[in-house]
Formats: sequence, C-alpha cells, structure tokens
Amino acid sequence: MRARVAYSGAIHEAVPQVLTDGSAGIRLTDGRVLAEDAVVWLPPFEVGTIIALGLNYADHARELAFSAQEEPLVFLKGPGTLIGHRGQTRRPRDAAFMHYECELAVVIGRTARNVTREQALQHVAGYCIANDYAVRDYLENWYRPNLRTKNRDGATVLGPWFVDAGAIAEPSALNLRTFVAGKLTQTGNTRDLIFDIPYLIAYLSSFMTLVAGDVILTGTPEGVVNVSPGDEVVCEIDGLGRLINTIVGDDVFGR
Amino acid sequence: MHDLAIAFEVPPFRLSGAVYGTLLNHASSLQALGDAVNQPPYKKPPQAPVLYIKPRNTLSIDGAAVIVPAGCEELEVGACLGLVIGRSACRVSPAHALDHLAGFVIVNDVSVPHDNFYRPSVRLKARDGFCPLGPQVTPRAAVENPDALGIRIFIDGSLKASANTSGLIRSVAQLLTDVTEFMTLAPGDVLAMGVAAPAPPVRAGQHVRIQIDGLGSLSNAFRAAV
Repeated sequence: MRARVAYSGAIHEAVPQVLTDGSAGIRLTDGRVLAEDAVVWLPPFEVGTIIALGLNYADHARELAFSAQEEPLVFLKGPGTLIGHRGQTRRPRDAAFMHYECELAVVIGRTARNVTREQALQHVAGYCIANDYAVRDYLENWYRPNLRTKNRDGATVLGPWFVDAGAIAEPSALNLRTFVAGKLTQTGNTRDLIFDIPYLIAYLSSFMTLVAGDVILTGTPEGVVNVSPGDEVVCEIDGLGRLINTIVGDDVFGR
Repeated sequence: MHDLAIAFEVPPFRLSGAVYGTLLNHASSLQALGDAVNQPPYKKPPQAPVLYIKPRNTLSIDGAAVIVPAGCEELEVGACLGLVIGRSACRVSPAHALDHLAGFVIVNDVSVPHDNFYRPSVRLKARDGFCPLGPQVTPRAAVENPDALGIRIFIDGSLKASANTSGLIRSVAQLLTDVTEFMTLAPGDVLAMGVAAPAPPVRAGQHVRIQIDGLGSLSNAFRAAV
C-alpha cells in the first residue's frame, strides 16, 4: 500500500511505518519517518474519470425506497470534488441532511474497452476507500443526482492508501464500516453489491473506454446518517485502512 | 480518444480535460418540455444549474469522426458555446465572472436521443468521442459579447438549426456565478452553456459543422460503427 503526501515543500510517495512509540506513522521514499498528522494527504493516485454508482447495495436501495434496476445507476464526478485523507468537508449552513457514503473504490490500471466479465479484473490496478458525500437538500429531479448534490468541492474523499490489486484476495467479500464521532453508524459487505466489480467494468467498457487512473466508486450500503460540523467521519474497509475526514461549517470558509 | 494537448497546445489554453454540460439552460429547450416540467417525475423546473460531465473518453477534436453506435438510428447534435476557464473560479460575482475566462470554444455535446431527463443512463452521453471541441480556443478579448452570439448547425452543408446565446436562461456571467457557488472551476476546465431545442438529428454518413460567431467552425463526420 502506498500514499501520496505533501511534506516540507514537495509531494512524496509514502508507506506505512510503525513509530517507535508503537503508533501508526508513515515513511517517505527518501527515508523520513513521520506521524500521520504531520503531512497533508492527497488522493493516493492520479485520478482520471470518477465513475460513481447509486443504489448498488440492495439494503441501501430499500432504505431509499428504490425498486430493483435493470441497469447500474451510474453518475460521474469532476476532479474539483476530490480531497485526501484527514481533509475537511464543508457542510452548508442551510443543509438539513448531509451524509457520507463509505465505498470501495476500484482503480483501473490497464485500458479496458469491451472487456468481458471474465477478463474484467485483469484491468484493475488496485483499490482504495472512498467517502462520497451528498447534500440531499439540493437534490433536483433532473439528471439525478445533480452535481450540486454530489460534486461539491471537498465532497469526495479518497485514500488513505492505494492498495495493489494483488494484496486483496477477495474484493467481493470486504467489510465496510463507518464511524461518526466514534459511533458505528454504517456496516456492509461488498458481497452485497447488486452489480459486482466484474459486471461494472464489463458494462462501462461496453460504451466508454476506461484507462489507467479512472476509478469506480461502487456504491454504499445502508446506514447513512446526517453529519454536523465538528464530526469526525471514519470509513474503514478490510485491508484498505481507515479514511478520516472532518466536517466543518461555513465559517471556516469565510461564508 | 484524441490527445487534446496536440489540438490545444498553446498556453494558456491547455484544457484540463474536465468538461461540464448544462441541462436546459436555453429557453427553447425548457419551452420544448412544456408543462411536463411541472409533472412527475420532475415536479418543477430546474432551480440551481443542472450540470453533467462529459468524461475524458468523450473528448475529441475538429475533424475527428464521431461513431454512431450499432443499433442507434441517429444521434443528436448538441451545439454549445463552451467557456474555457483561465483562472480558478470559486464564488465569483457576476461583475467579475468573465475575468476568470481564458476564452471560448465550440462544443458539440453529442447524445443518443432521449426524452427522459430524470436519470438518463450515462451511456447516452458519455460514449467515446461524443464531445468534439474546437477548432481552437478563441481568447476572451476577441469576443465582444458572449451573450449575443449566433450558433448555426449545418448538416451536409445545409443549415438545419440556428440559435443565439441571447436565448440562454443564465447568461455567461450568471451561470459562472451560480456554478462556482458550489464547485470550483479550475484553469482549462470547460463549461458548456447549454443546447437549444430542437437539437437536430444526425445519421451515420452525414457531416456536421457547427459555426459560432467569432469562434469559427467545428466539423465532424459521423460514421457507422464497424
């Protein structure tokens, strides 16, 4: 697993390193060993097209009162919405319902065009955790979900680590957990994906060429709850680490 | 996929590859829906700008062929004025919005025709090559008033549709203001202002040329999938 961090005037690749006091730290490729909070964490790879899935867990679809689908509900996100581990996400003052979405992110490593289900996983470079925020107050019934709901600055958190595909033996059996202010609010397992990873890659590559750096956010299970300024939101996925994010208010942005 | 850097290699007009489209921002496109905008599933007309993304696999250039997918009788030509961002734009005011532009470019936002705008599949708008841009970025200073530009669509040489950016619901400055309230646009990003209705159909074997006053012409042949 590896991260991209900014430290002391440059961007570095970093790997996990246990510190002398036993706590979790990182080691830069140049040898410097640092505490996790001593650096600025960036999205852990050069991100291309961001492809996201709506309602891709049966329980979450039920939670939002949606019936079964024939085709994956895919939407796209832009680069301006991305932030890394330990970043801040703004909650607008007028929002009544803003929620996180813990998701398995699948990173493409090799060009995929018209690939079959059987070949699909050969095009995966690796995985990371995504937290894909939504402000539901802004949802309109046009080209759902509209970008004002899902593509806000700082609303897509990726990281902390990029984990090579070879390190995840069974991507279709990973537990997901979200904690808000220390309390467990969301649990799920990627075995419950309605459209699994091979299906999604085959489907998408049937009409759009996927290239290295494109990323598929595979959807979130039930258990999305409202978040407030000051909340620390932690998304965990087996083998991928813990992605930490903090909700802040408009005041931080001078609004 | 075409290398946009080749077509737009002259700084500061390097495109970032992020292209955003705006739904129903031309008065004619909203009028075409009539009272349907007030009925389910929409229930009311768009309030804030409704944007969508043309991902990098869709981006193409002047002169490149657009492939009409198998099983698709025809495609829709989405002729738009594209704004090319020059300076990071976040929470801009109408008075200063245009200062954030590097220039303008013609965008052909190609779609598989669809009449449901609730949650259309991305495969209708995000297919490879479905967003030719060009022929070049025209500097902002060369365009006197972006809110009064004629747009003409020629298919096989004959004029099939014409519109004017004066018919846009949100003007250039207003759209930049309303979009950058919730998302920052970065240098090289493109924001397409919206398509007028009716968007003319095009079939494989035909040639489309979009002309916008002062910006030149964007030409693309449409070919059947092989």
